[in-house]
Amino acid sequence: MSRSRIQNISMHLFLVVMSLISLFPFYWMVVSSTNKTSDINMGKFTFGDQLLVNFNNLTSQVDLPLIFWNTSKIALLSTFATLAVCSIAGYAFEIYQSKNRDRVYAALLTTMMIPFAALMIPLFTMFGKAGLLDTHLAVILPTVSGAFIIFYFRQCTKTFPKELIDAARVDGVKEWKIFLYVYVPIMRSSYSAAFIIVFMASWNAFLWPLIVLQSSDLKTINLVLSSFASAYAPDFGLIMVGTVVSTLPSLLLFFAMQKQFIASMTGAIK
Amino acid sequence: MRLFHDPMFKTALLNTLTFLVIQVPIMILLSLAISSCLNSPRLKYKQWFRLAIFLPCVTSLVAYSILFKSMFELDGVINSFLLFLHIIDEPIAWLADPFWAKVTIIIAITWRWTGYNMIFYLSAMQNIDKSVYEAARIDGVSPIKQFFFITVPLLKPVILFTSITSTIGTLQLFDEVMNITNGGPANSTLTLSLYIYNLSFSFVPNFGYAAAVSYVIVAFAAVLALLQFKVAKDR
Repeated sequence: MSRSRIQNISMHLFLVVMSLISLFPFYWMVVSSTNKTSDINMGKFTFGDQLLVNFNNLTSQVDLPLIFWNTSKIALLSTFATLAVCSIAGYAFEIYQSKNRDRVYAALLTTMMIPFAALMIPLFTMFGKAGLLDTHLAVILPTVSGAFIIFYFRQCTKTFPKELIDAARVDGVKEWKIFLYVYVPIMRSSYSAAFIIVFMASWNAFLWPLIVLQSSDLKTINLVLSSFASAYAPDFGLIMVGTVVSTLPSLLLFFAMQKQFIASMTGAIK
Repeated sequence: MRLFHDPMFKTALLNTLTFLVIQVPIMILLSLAISSCLNSPRLKYKQWFRLAIFLPCVTSLVAYSILFKSMFELDGVINSFLLFLHIIDEPIAWLADPFWAKVTIIIAITWRWTGYNMIFYLSAMQNIDKSVYEAARIDGVSPIKQFFFITVPLLKPVILFTSITSTIGTLQLFDEVMNITNGGPANSTLTLSLYIYNLSFSFVPNFGYAAAVSYVIVAFAAVLALLQFKVAKDR
């Protein structure tokens, strides 16, 4: 066997092993949701017949539709608000000239480097003073203006044909109408890619909702799962059904828009 | 000034730095290796491999933390698998032993984020002019040397970008340690973020002191980012 053939085979083998490691926890999640907790703890990794039992246990302990509704409501509202705010900001940074534009932009980008843990306490006291703690609004608001998404939209705007704006201005179209009726329709694919990124981030958010939301009828699915898992003797069968339920929406969204997602992940840093 | 005499703070700082120093290089090397394989023209089923390795990024931090917690139980699936292969003779107490708990966290983070970094490298590699490699191949440069002397230098800006984002990510490590080990056993996986959270919301609330710890994280993020810029420029 030639040397390049050995290299070729070992390359495939390496990727197969990596893929199996990547996929195994998903398999484990689905299999465990069909098993009893005692079997899961014993490391049983074949399908069982407890799926319905586990699902019933889950729905008897939490109001699943309500929790699901809370999570979707937060994720969708914050996604739409983020897209609106950040796309306008990204558009403005690229289109309008002003003296301090680059300085403001640099300051904005440095905020990406501040870890959330450092912002947690000021944010918490701020929302406390505004009387917004324990509301969904408090979960949504801090996510709305994200430096990364503004950065993303500015990069996308660089490819936008600016002659269209000049043409519209000559025709006497108002600035906000140019944005709404010229820019937005053309940039549809950028919007859909940003939609996935922001939606997944807010669907999966944990730390900030954990701090803000106290009432049990406001909680999101991640908070509920985490509280189940930290119990003294966690019922893994029930929890695994919950993780399947919580992973499905972002998984489905990802499969539906896979191409745009990967393109946007890679496009933003070019 | 209480900060410098606080053993909990020192532990949290040390743990966070340990995660940083061990996990970030492993993940970056691993995702570089994977993406250079995925970029090879001779590879079959590219889409499938890429999809499989990227998939962990879709899961929520809470969901995968719980998955790993159950997989790494004392008689859980990982131990039975290792026992079955005769790699170990007796089960490892992944979550109850200070050393193995750290290892578990590192494995978990690597699983979740390697695919994410891979995507950045892959796109950067696809932008490298193919003729560079052709010239190298004609000159008889081996693929391994091509990787170190062509691919890595050309990818430097992207490697810098991912190492900064991973560094910041590690400094904010919270969801995983909270859900897998809750900082234990004996604070061996306590991170700075979890410590701030405990100070502000679990123990008797102490916002002032927690804010002081927050400043330390900001300072660290800034210093580490500057350091990485410097290293990248010197080469």
